Amino acid sequence: MAFVTATWNPLGEAFYRKTEVYEMGWRLSSGLRDCLVAAAPYGGPIALLKEPQRRSPSARPQLEIYSSSGCSMASFVWKSGVVKHLGWTVSDDLLCIQEDGTVLIYDLFGNFKRHFSMGNEVVQNQVLEAKVFHSPYGTGIAIITGAFRFTLATNIDDLKLRRLPEVPGLQGPPTCWAVLTQDRQSKVLLASGLDLFILDNTACSAVTPPGLSPQVCSIVQMCVSFSYKYLALFTDSGHVWMGSANLKEKLSEVETKVKTPPKQMVWCRRPKSHQPSVVMMWERHLLVAGECKETIQYHLDEESVLVPELDGVRIISSTHHELLQEVPAACEEIFKIASMAPGALLLEAHKEYEKESQKADEYLREIKEQSLLGEAVRQCVEAAGHEHDIETQKILLRAASFGKCFLSNFPAEYFVIMCRDLRVLNAVRSYTVGIPLTHTQYKQMTCQVLIDRLVYRKLYPLAIEICRYLKTPEYQGVSRVLKHWACCKVQQKEESDEAIARAVSVKLAEAAGISYSEIASKAYECGRTELAIKLLEFEPRSGEQVPLLLKMKRSQLALSKAIESGDTDLVYTVVTYLKNEMNRGDFFMTLRNQPVALSLYRQFCKHQEQDTIKDLFNQDDDHQELGSFYVKASYKEKRLEARLSLLQSAVDEYNKAKNEFAAKATDEEMRLLRFQRRLEEEKGEQLLGLSLQDTLRVLLSVGLNKPAEQLYKDFRVPDKRYWWLKITALADKEDWDELEKFAKSKKSPIGYLPFVEVCVKKHNKSEAKKYISRVTPEQKVKAHLAVGDLEGAAEAAIERRSEAEISMVLSRCLSTTDRGLVDRLNRARSTTAKK
Amino acid sequence: MAAHLCYGRVNLNILREAARKDLREFLDKCAGSKAIVWDEYLTGPFGLIAQYSLLKEHEVEKMFTLKAGRLPPADVKNIIFFVRPRLELMDIIAENVMSEDKMQSPREFNILFVPRRSMLCEQRLKEQGVLGSFTNIDEYILDLIPYDGDLLSMECESAFRECYLENDQTSLYHTAKGLMTIQALYGTIPQIFGKGECARHVANMMLRMKREFAGSQTQILPVFDTLLLLDRNVDLLTPLATQLTYEGLIDEIYGITNGYVKLPPEKFAQKKQGEGGKDLPTEPKKLQLNSAEELYAEIRDKNFNAVGAALSKKAKIISAAFEERHNAKTVGEIKQFVSQLPHMQAARSSLANHTSIAELIKDITSNVLPTRLLPPLASETFFDNLTVEQEFMTGVDTDKVNTYIEDCIAQKDPLIKILRLVCMQSVCNNGLKQKVLDYYKREILQTYGYEYILTLNNLEKTGLLKPQTTTRNNYPTIRKTLKLWMEDANEQNPNDISYVYSGYAPLSVRLTQVLARPGWRSIEEVLKMLPGPHFEERQPLPTGLHKKRQQGENRTTLVFFLGGVTYAEIAALRFLSQMEEGGTEYIIATTKLINGTSWIKSLMDKPEVNI
Repeated sequence: MAFVTATWNPLGEAFYRKTEVYEMGWRLSSGLRDCLVAAAPYGGPIALLKEPQRRSPSARPQLEIYSSSGCSMASFVWKSGVVKHLGWTVSDDLLCIQEDGTVLIYDLFGNFKRHFSMGNEVVQNQVLEAKVFHSPYGTGIAIITGAFRFTLATNIDDLKLRRLPEVPGLQGPPTCWAVLTQDRQSKVLLASGLDLFILDNTACSAVTPPGLSPQVCSIVQMCVSFSYKYLALFTDSGHVWMGSANLKEKLSEVETKVKTPPKQMVWCRRPKSHQPSVVMMWERHLLVAGECKETIQYHLDEESVLVPELDGVRIISSTHHELLQEVPAACEEIFKIASMAPGALLLEAHKEYEKESQKADEYLREIKEQSLLGEAVRQCVEAAGHEHDIETQKILLRAASFGKCFLSNFPAEYFVIMCRDLRVLNAVRSYTVGIPLTHTQYKQMTCQVLIDRLVYRKLYPLAIEICRYLKTPEYQGVSRVLKHWACCKVQQKEESDEAIARAVSVKLAEAAGISYSEIASKAYECGRTELAIKLLEFEPRSGEQVPLLLKMKRSQLALSKAIESGDTDLVYTVVTYLKNEMNRGDFFMTLRNQPVALSLYRQFCKHQEQDTIKDLFNQDDDHQELGSFYVKASYKEKRLEARLSLLQSAVDEYNKAKNEFAAKATDEEMRLLRFQRRLEEEKGEQLLGLSLQDTLRVLLSVGLNKPAEQLYKDFRVPDKRYWWLKITALADKEDWDELEKFAKSKKSPIGYLPFVEVCVKKHNKSEAKKYISRVTPEQKVKAHLAVGDLEGAAEAAIERRSEAEISMVLSRCLSTTDRGLVDRLNRARSTTAKK
Repeated sequence: MAAHLCYGRVNLNILREAARKDLREFLDKCAGSKAIVWDEYLTGPFGLIAQYSLLKEHEVEKMFTLKAGRLPPADVKNIIFFVRPRLELMDIIAENVMSEDKMQSPREFNILFVPRRSMLCEQRLKEQGVLGSFTNIDEYILDLIPYDGDLLSMECESAFRECYLENDQTSLYHTAKGLMTIQALYGTIPQIFGKGECARHVANMMLRMKREFAGSQTQILPVFDTLLLLDRNVDLLTPLATQLTYEGLIDEIYGITNGYVKLPPEKFAQKKQGEGGKDLPTEPKKLQLNSAEELYAEIRDKNFNAVGAALSKKAKIISAAFEERHNAKTVGEIKQFVSQLPHMQAARSSLANHTSIAELIKDITSNVLPTRLLPPLASETFFDNLTVEQEFMTGVDTDKVNTYIEDCIAQKDPLIKILRLVCMQSVCNNGLKQKVLDYYKREILQTYGYEYILTLNNLEKTGLLKPQTTTRNNYPTIRKTLKLWMEDANEQNPNDISYVYSGYAPLSVRLTQVLARPGWRSIEEVLKMLPGPHFEERQPLPTGLHKKRQQGENRTTLVFFLGGVTYAEIAALRFLSQMEEGGTEYIIATTKLINGTSWIKSLMDKPEVNI
């Protein structure tokens, strides 16, 4: 414990510490010399491209990929062109940028994924230098060609090449350059001697850093901070200029007394830095320069590489992996020698407590008196987060927990979450995993991304363990990991389809929200169609299965899945696909076996393809529907002959369907149409298309009684209806004599109330009254009421001794005018009621 | 604005708000001024979700109706088509887009599919070569629209026709999706009951979708205890009968569409008597009908014969309230009176409206006419019609040709009226004797025209009209077991749901009632006589979401009518909700609010005569 500060070095007001992260597991015969090295930020993997030992034309370089702890992940002989630069994408893919501008992408395990070119200009003029950079839009690449022109791609997953404008007067290569991300745009900052230029999409503008010391002749090295907010320039005079990246503000300028340009220069900052600094590295010499005059100097035992991080710099050599960072405030407060900060006192108190010494109480009192115990606990928890050594973490957390006992309202989450975070971090920092994340980095990258990284490394069990431990919702956590696992599993060529399908289904059975179709898609991409189909069987969302099944030309299966989903639009989609893929016969046969699809297709045809629908009915021998089809078609015909012939077809079909009624009705309709036409020709009445009833009415109303009689007989119109027709027609014509004659011609099948009603309808009460005597007793009251004869109605009602009828008449009487009648009716009602 | 949606047992305004949010989000996606081109069918249902003011707030400046040809000019940045996913509409849109004048300031095109995007339609647009012209293609998931505090409707007119006639189950898919939305907002419904083929299909889809979404839904304490899915074809009889509740009669006589009714204006003109109002309004009077109107909420579900008494009681209360002003002496009292004035005035105008409507209805329905001069035509017809309906429902002479129907055909009464009666007879007789059926059909074709053979075919296909296949008529058994006919229905102070049809208790609602108590096991035999399977499914709830029911707390059941529901059925369910010893409250959902007329109309096929 006493040695915590042993690795600390003061820089102005702040301290810097260099702590060992790993002892490297790799065995590099010649160190990092003659190697292209790329180490991904956030404790990512390291790629090395080693030049061959013997310089012979047949000798090939070796590409090796390691974890941050130096565990080998891949190693293979590089057989493609000359590589100028290596870099990592945000999703842990390796980018190898070749001299000719071709970029090859490999995964963590050295499997080739794809390649693309940076454009013709690059091919012609070759790559002089390249840089890989990260922005909110993804991973980008910047290239300067032999013609000193820049080409930029902001996101390699959505490749849009931009050729930046020419730099005026640039004769040779720039002395140094860097990529900036400003105003949602990626730009290049370059130095040619003392001149600085910013290149964006459209223009090249000269800029000057404010307050650059006058004795400078050339800017020889530059670097931009992790956040793109700060810029550092190294000049040939040995000065480091530090300022904001927009070149509006100067932070400081420090003299290093070294004139040779550093091999590597990077920013070393942390969020809320007290003393941000720039780290420069020469062959065996490391120098940290901040805002103050002093610097920190380290001697390096071997060739090293600097990896800038969000909150520090990692230094990788062939034997060691170290982290250089500003000591976080909480750690400084607690561990600084003779610190009286509350956290320091709490730590001390806890130590004494463990020793069972009463001093513990004294320390505690001291903190409590200042009411700083909460602050003390917070400091200890925060400091624990920044410590890599597990023992130190424990001591701090124990102290925090101890302090917490004396607080009643300290929120528990802060402590609990830190413990949880540390547990996850310690797990991924372990040598075998080799992801040396700091707590700050972890919070920035989020747990989701960490899980992704573990998945890329195929560390599925650990990833699942972490998800379960953090209680990540299943579909974001465990299910997602398992999906990746399954996608990886289906690529294992040595295993049989059955074995894989079984393994996948067993593992994934419990997990919720798994997209089997994605896994199946992967299997299909690998050429394992059978496996893909097997896997799709597990997909609960039928909708998801369909597109892939269609792609795999399993259209029949796609159709049944679409039907299963109930989504008719999906069924239509498959049906349309089938229609284009198959010959008509097969298509119809397929539909025939799928009634749901068939009826949907019928609907479609009804609106879109009338002829097809006929074929469909024909195929099914659905004569009833065919009959109706012809009927509908007949109404579209303007010519009577055509219409009749279609109706004849309908008759035939209805007969085949054994629908005697429809056949007969259709036949009658044809007879009626012919009759109407004949009559139209003979008498000039517009009849065609009218119903039989309307035809009769027209005929009767114009007095064409003979043809009417004939129709009545031919079509066996029921007497009742014919009588109704006849009397209505006569009343309409107000041919009262004829009506009377007709009433007397024979006994009316509809009784005589209708006679009364048709007269009343024409407001002829006197005619109406003529028929009242013939109305049956049951309807007499109604008849009297219809002509407004209350007396008569009352008479009839009383005679029939019907309470209901008496009431009906009563309701029509007005108490004022029909006084006597009302009394009579009331009396009659009471006598009827008694009986 | 939509307060009446919140007051029920379940706050349906959540659903409406969710729908409004989606709409706003889509509108904001199309930056700048907009014109909406409407698929005319959608305007009614949309009115229940958002008024023009909401659209206006989001820079909608013009609205057009979708029609072929060129789009009307409008100086807007965006044109948005609000359409159902139908191919014929895609062709119109394509025509609109292609005839757009390219030289003018370019307008951006967008499509909003309601309720769902369709690959088929997009394919069609692609074939027409216009798919690339659209900036946004999106879907607006509008399945169940909150219609009232306890009522949801999909406003899908053709659902019954599509399901039972054309075997197109698209609307059922939307139903299942809509129920998933309901469950996302109101929690998983632990129990599902159902009766009928379509109900089975919907339940299956729901269970499947549940599996599909496994793990991704948020956990909400369930609001509904039970879902009951009912196929309309389980109860074909009820919609055929004339509804006798106030709201039901308004719908039967004038038709309520999307919550609005249009009434003949004459009765409403009298209000301005003092102004010597000579110019009678000619425009029909349009009224919105929902529970936001206090008086309407009170009387809508009453049997019409009880409405008059309720109205006069209300009139007394209102005039008493106005009389209060004479008692108001102090400034404070007067102030209080004045503050109540707007409410009272609203109540008075509401009373005036409903008195007018009730008079209108009375002229048509009352057996007793106020004046001795008019011939008893309209009312008598109504009464006779009702008598025949009741005869059929009670099983009187259902197996022979009915003289009243015969007379009506002879006088060429409206065809739909005839069809309703004939279908009713067929349903109540479990099919008609071939001779009787053929007689009716022949009469109809000869009178109304041969083209109706297609309509008759449709009615036969859906089972509304059918020949008797077995000699056994099981309707009387069903009627007796389920007590569908109650001799002593009390219209004024009902004690049973049968009051809504003055004697007939709707079969669908009886099934619902029996399900709640004592359970369907007691009517196993009858359920077997009705078409389609009956089933029960349980959706397991995670522990912790099990409802802890308070003593005496009612259960909540969502009853979904697949293929439509009538206002009388709703009234009956509301009656059950209010019954003190009922123990269950009902929320009603349906594909469409129907009555016998609109229902039969949706099944008619009438080719245009070209000759």
